[in-house]
Amino acid sequence: MNNLESRKIFVITLFAVVALIFLGRLFVIQVLDDSYSSSADNQALRFVTQYPSRGIVYDRHGKILVQNQAAFDLMVVPRQIAGIDTEAFCLLLDIDTVEFNRRLDKAKEYSNYRASIFQKQLTADEYAKIAERLYRFSGFYGQKRSLRIYPDSVAAHVLGYIGEVSGKDMEEDSVYKSGDFIGISGLERQYEKVLRGDRGREVLMVDVHNTVQGRYREGELDIPAHAGTNLITGLDLDLQHYGERLMQNKKGSIVAIEPGTGEVLCLISSPTYDPNLLVGVKRASNYQLLVQNDSLDPLFNRALMAKYPPGSIFKIVQALIALDERVINESTAIACNKALVGCHNHPSAQNLREAIQMSCNPYFHQVFKRMINRGTTSNYFEDSSIGLEAWEKRVKKFGLGNRLGLDLPSLKSGSIPDVALYDGIYGTRRWAFSTIYSVSIGQGEVEVVPIQMANLAAIIANRGYYVDPHIVKELDGQRDSSLHYETHSTEIDAAFFEPVIDAMQRVVDRPGGTARRARIDSIIVCGKTGTAENPHGEDHSVFIAFAPRENPQIAIAVYVENAGFGGTWAAPIASLMIERYIRGSISDSLKEARVLEANLLNVIKDED
Amino acid sequence: MRTKRSIFEDIDWVMVVTYAALVLFGWISIYAATYDETHPSIFDLAKNHGKQALWIGLASIIAITILFFDHRFFETFAYLIYGGAMLLLLAVLVFGTEIKGAQSWFVIGSISFQPSEIAKFGTALALAKYLSSEGKRFDQFKTKMYALGIIFFPAALIMLQPDVGSTLVFAALLIVLYRQGLSGWIFGLGFIAASLFIIALYLKQYEWTLFEQVVQGKMAFIVGLTLLAGLILYLLRKRKGSRLVVGGGYAISLGYFLSVNWLFDNLLQPHHQNRINELLGIVSDPLGAGYNVHQSKIAIGSGGFSGKGFLQGTQTKFHFVPEQSTDFIFCTVGEEWGFIGSFIVISLFLFLLGRIIWNAENQRSAFTRIYGYSVASILFIHFAINIGMAIGLAPVIGIPLPFFSYGGSSLWSFTLLLFTYIKLDSERKFVLR
Repeated sequence: MNNLESRKIFVITLFAVVALIFLGRLFVIQVLDDSYSSSADNQALRFVTQYPSRGIVYDRHGKILVQNQAAFDLMVVPRQIAGIDTEAFCLLLDIDTVEFNRRLDKAKEYSNYRASIFQKQLTADEYAKIAERLYRFSGFYGQKRSLRIYPDSVAAHVLGYIGEVSGKDMEEDSVYKSGDFIGISGLERQYEKVLRGDRGREVLMVDVHNTVQGRYREGELDIPAHAGTNLITGLDLDLQHYGERLMQNKKGSIVAIEPGTGEVLCLISSPTYDPNLLVGVKRASNYQLLVQNDSLDPLFNRALMAKYPPGSIFKIVQALIALDERVINESTAIACNKALVGCHNHPSAQNLREAIQMSCNPYFHQVFKRMINRGTTSNYFEDSSIGLEAWEKRVKKFGLGNRLGLDLPSLKSGSIPDVALYDGIYGTRRWAFSTIYSVSIGQGEVEVVPIQMANLAAIIANRGYYVDPHIVKELDGQRDSSLHYETHSTEIDAAFFEPVIDAMQRVVDRPGGTARRARIDSIIVCGKTGTAENPHGEDHSVFIAFAPRENPQIAIAVYVENAGFGGTWAAPIASLMIERYIRGSISDSLKEARVLEANLLNVIKDED
Repeated sequence: MRTKRSIFEDIDWVMVVTYAALVLFGWISIYAATYDETHPSIFDLAKNHGKQALWIGLASIIAITILFFDHRFFETFAYLIYGGAMLLLLAVLVFGTEIKGAQSWFVIGSISFQPSEIAKFGTALALAKYLSSEGKRFDQFKTKMYALGIIFFPAALIMLQPDVGSTLVFAALLIVLYRQGLSGWIFGLGFIAASLFIIALYLKQYEWTLFEQVVQGKMAFIVGLTLLAGLILYLLRKRKGSRLVVGGGYAISLGYFLSVNWLFDNLLQPHHQNRINELLGIVSDPLGAGYNVHQSKIAIGSGGFSGKGFLQGTQTKFHFVPEQSTDFIFCTVGEEWGFIGSFIVISLFLFLLGRIIWNAENQRSAFTRIYGYSVASILFIHFAINIGMAIGLAPVIGIPLPFFSYGGSSLWSFTLLLFTYIKLDSERKFVLR
């Protein structure tokens, strides 16, 4: 029997071996391998992203330009779908089973365990109908999002729009996840990092039926969301709205700036569109409509991107530089010699004021020539080259030919011709003043965008300097909230502005002025018309102005494509805007009615 | 001969304390698994943990009652208890209630119990009585056959229910026969049979292309086995009789190997086939057949070294693990108490099993010793299969973890089994050899 007694050793060893195998296995799965922990977290914890509300954009008087409305994404976790009544569900969402399966397959392709969007951006009302029955459909839940809403449907081009992030966006900034929104254009894009806020995270515990069982560790790992910063802009909602109305059925743009601060009061590109069209689920289809089916290209922001020849308004720049360069003085008289360059019928200008008032082309042909050919060298070509180089530098001080410091994307710089440009076209020393003279009256290679014209008006109003035009003046609720924008000097003696401004007042006030339609009885408006030659059709109508003459409150540029002479359409539109802004009402209702009723789009159709 | 002053004298208190530790750990694990913030009381009778408190109370009464019994009662009535249990096993096949596909329960009002629990107790007693009775020598063929018969009869009746888990428990009693002198080869053979079984199932899925011929895994194995047999024959060529042994072994292995697939496909139910395939990694279906084990492993694995803390488990509490208070109760230990908790539970079991065996060998009474071995074997196989399945080392067979799992019927029968041994053991000094 002794022999058999020792068998207890074998039996106990057997027990011990099994226990050791268990402990070894447990050590592996509990201590060495952490994949089980993450699996556990994946299935028992739901990380709910808390989307902060996007910053609101206000106008200068605190009126809302853009705000948010609640929307819901219907999310699905394919693995958690169990025994749901598919047909009832489809009925609820108004889709068929084919579509249901297609979406589910797509979600499964992404992940069986993670949530993907089943239906995007249901409105609060739509979601409310579904939400009360959602408990019957395990695997589905609503995730709150917010959509933009534009209460007055204005300033689409300034505000821009948001859309889903692209693969590139996600690569560049890991904050973004598929399905998130990002600013794509306008202020939404420029101030994306400010507007978006900081997203939060809530960690919830869910049971096997995907029912929320409470906060994980009493919310210890939760991160609260911080709402985006609100933007306070210098825009005047009323003026913006009014300008958009005036520009209905016209192609072109209006930009108004408060001269002293550089705050943009309104920025209109016409035709515009209702920004509410580019919100939420309808965005993609509406975008297609706006891009493809509209030959007027409403998404194109003319105020920043359309390069036009400035036409006669450029004469103001020429006059100021010429005065400062002492090649003329305010009494310089030059005969209207139509042999040099075409002009309309008017008596010869006896001084600079008359030349500007009557917009005499030959006068400025000669002014420009005096700047270009200074006789620094006997070589005529060399001399032109030296003259142009000096001139170009001075012109660029007016914010022309350079991108302005505006806080909006896609701003074009326009162009001011320089030596390199002409050397490139004609060859070095193969060109001279006679080659480039059309620049003297703002034609030829000179190109500006409308906001540069408005900025030019602001420079004159300020008698020689400008602050970078900008839309946003303040970030709401932030310490040191006012943004700093740079002041630039044109380096032209302030005294030289007075004769020019005199002339600009005459343009509006005097019987011989080119912009009689811009006159407002109670306000002194100083302006300059332009009529930019358009080889493709009717000339473009241009007008820049500021008012009142002393302590100017508004500087404005109006550009109406294919509308002919600058005094006909651009000038009255500018005056209506000025009066609306300064007085809040319009004294000349006939003028207003004429503009509102005008349809200048037909002009193109005749052309085509 | 001394007389006992108290029934509590000579009781192995260490064993009682170990038992109590397991029962209490089990109870708080059930509490954690079924915890509900709105009903936080551990005595809430609407919840499993509240009921378990009641079952534990009743189990204590059973334990104390056993201690008041005359120790000769069990030996005297061993066959009667066994016989009664067999009748109940027969009766349950006719009058029993089917729960989860097995007709193994008697349900009377709100009370339900499994006669197979009594059968384990009865079989342990009967086996002990038979093998310890005068004049029975285990080296006689007849004795072996009778002993096997005592084990086989209830196992067969339970298989008819069918309750594979409980049937398997009776196989553990081979450990008792081994101690009584059954050849150790039985384990060797079992090991070889199990290996061949697994190899055969594995090879079924493989085939290779060799010299433009499709070679099935099965064929490769047969060739290998033949070569191995040839090699052994060659090495043992000078020993007489080696041809017969090697040849016989070869033939039996081959026949068994070839019949495994047939047995697997025809004798086992599909869900058992799936569970075995899943266990061996032949198929992987974490949402289907492998769901329980997959979830169980996640729960245990996510506990880490020190666990998530009492009531902090998310996997068990939120019902990711099925049967979390009964068959998969070990998950709660693993998740909330981590490796440390798992280590403690396994150590407690190993300690209890070792102590029973060690203790049994010191008995003067052969009946007590054999009964002790039976108790240890039954507890061991429950422990091995239950924890084994929770960590993916054993197929999913629904048998409870002794003292731990929720359920009155199983707690009482394990208490009965263990305390009968404690009672018998406490009388060791009064038994004449």
